Amino acid sequence: MMTGTTPAARDALLDLRADMSLAARNRLAVRDVSNGTALWPLAWTLGWLDIKLRYRGSMLGPFWLTLSTGIMVGSLGVLYSTLFHMNVHEYLPFLSLSIVLWNFLSALVSESCLAFTEADAVIRSVRMPFFVFAIRVVMRNLLALAHNILVIVVVFAVFLIWPGWHALLAIPALVVWVADALALTLVLGSFCARFRDIQPIVNSVMQIAFFLTPVIWKPDQLGPRADLLPLSPFFDLLDIVRAPLLGAVPTTMTWLGAALYSLALCSVAWAFFARARGRIAFWL
Amino acid sequence: MAPATKARVSIEGVSVSFPLYHGNARSLKKLVFAAASGRLGQDRQKRVVVEALRNISFSLRGGDRLGLIGTNGAGKTTLLRTLAGIYEPVTGHVRVEGSLNALLDPSLGMNLDLTGRENIMLRGLYNGMPRASLAQLEEDVTAFAGLSDFIDLPVRIYSSGMIVRLGFALATAIRPQILLMDEWILAGDAQFIDRAKLRLETMVRGADILVLSTHDSAIIRTWCSRVLWLDEGRIRADGPPEDVLEQYLGHPLEPLPDSGATEHL
Repeated sequence: MMTGTTPAARDALLDLRADMSLAARNRLAVRDVSNGTALWPLAWTLGWLDIKLRYRGSMLGPFWLTLSTGIMVGSLGVLYSTLFHMNVHEYLPFLSLSIVLWNFLSALVSESCLAFTEADAVIRSVRMPFFVFAIRVVMRNLLALAHNILVIVVVFAVFLIWPGWHALLAIPALVVWVADALALTLVLGSFCARFRDIQPIVNSVMQIAFFLTPVIWKPDQLGPRADLLPLSPFFDLLDIVRAPLLGAVPTTMTWLGAALYSLALCSVAWAFFARARGRIAFWL
Repeated sequence: MAPATKARVSIEGVSVSFPLYHGNARSLKKLVFAAASGRLGQDRQKRVVVEALRNISFSLRGGDRLGLIGTNGAGKTTLLRTLAGIYEPVTGHVRVEGSLNALLDPSLGMNLDLTGRENIMLRGLYNGMPRASLAQLEEDVTAFAGLSDFIDLPVRIYSSGMIVRLGFALATAIRPQILLMDEWILAGDAQFIDRAKLRLETMVRGADILVLSTHDSAIIRTWCSRVLWLDEGRIRADGPPEDVLEQYLGHPLEPLPDSGATEHL
């Protein structure tokens, strides 16, 4: 005979009061995150199944992601290197890296809006740490990123580019990305569950940010005004990963900006999540 | 399984209300329903809310079998969700000790595009099972649902009977100390239903505390030792099944057939 316990079961104690103190809210939010982290096999499986089901029955499967990114990078690369009069050998590696990283960011931002609303059936039928759904969204996008990395590898191989040891600096930057991604999912997921108009707004902000951030154009094209770029959170976060992979070291200003914006994002996300957590089920 | 803690449920002055935010058809329907039953209120921020539960208090200890009765929209499902910790109370205090399983949506997370095996694994993961016991769960569910060769095919191509069997086997695979059930789940063809009944009854007997919401008074009389009658989110009556059911139905109860009420199913 099966014996098993539910996630709430491992808690084995549910003690919920109305009008909780700030400390009590924070404790419940901490428990949500730690229980959610303990359920990572579930979050991982859900994220993996999302990708698998999206491409079920197609011949290439998730490698359609790779192919469409590859075609986009190839055509944009030829077009813009002509328009901007740039050397393809120099421009294409930059562009492939930028596009792949930006696609990850913009898909993540857009999907984090749906993190809780897409899981409404589960949320309304079992007490489940909300952090599970945050990990699921981040995991799903990391998997998509992993498929797109092939494009970068191919472009770098074709142009015989080797970023050198500086590339290792991208590792701490990616850790910052994952932390930011989880925070963003918690805050946008709950905010969008409450206010359904947020997602279209977020999508248009990301659209504008795409053109304002040096994704398809290079920072040095701005001339002296490039010094202002570290003021943009999008530039800082993009560059701490991108620059090392192109063999450069991000400036201190960029790292400082990325750290400060990440700290702000995580604190806002935490405060909002601790406040909203108990209400999310009512908003779905 | 040897319970680590003694199962106990205590609910004190709990109210749950739903703010009406989204101007969609569903909310509008709720609004009309609530207006008809005089349950629209306003909260502190002057938002319109539907008061689904109003000042509910009761407690349960090991051995208690609570039945919830009431018309549609009386708050039965909301009360079950509150006990399960899905809805956190707006006022009052909910305290639940002991492992809990809520069968509110028996098809929880079932995905028709996945194979039977993947669905079983997913359910195990939803329940926080370690990898090691997933194999055991798979064996138990597969054997009970009698899916044999179909287990590695997508659920989409199953016959409706097979889907029902898989859903039932999954829902009853986990045995908690506190069992919450929204309707007495029992389904399947003539061959399956006897086995299903046995399995469900084993699970219900194994639970320390049962909270069951149903419209079937025979089920209540067979399985419950206490009944709460919910009316417009309030407790209208609380007591032994016979007394409360007679009040609720408005006529004396007929004696149960000797062979047990479940024969009616």
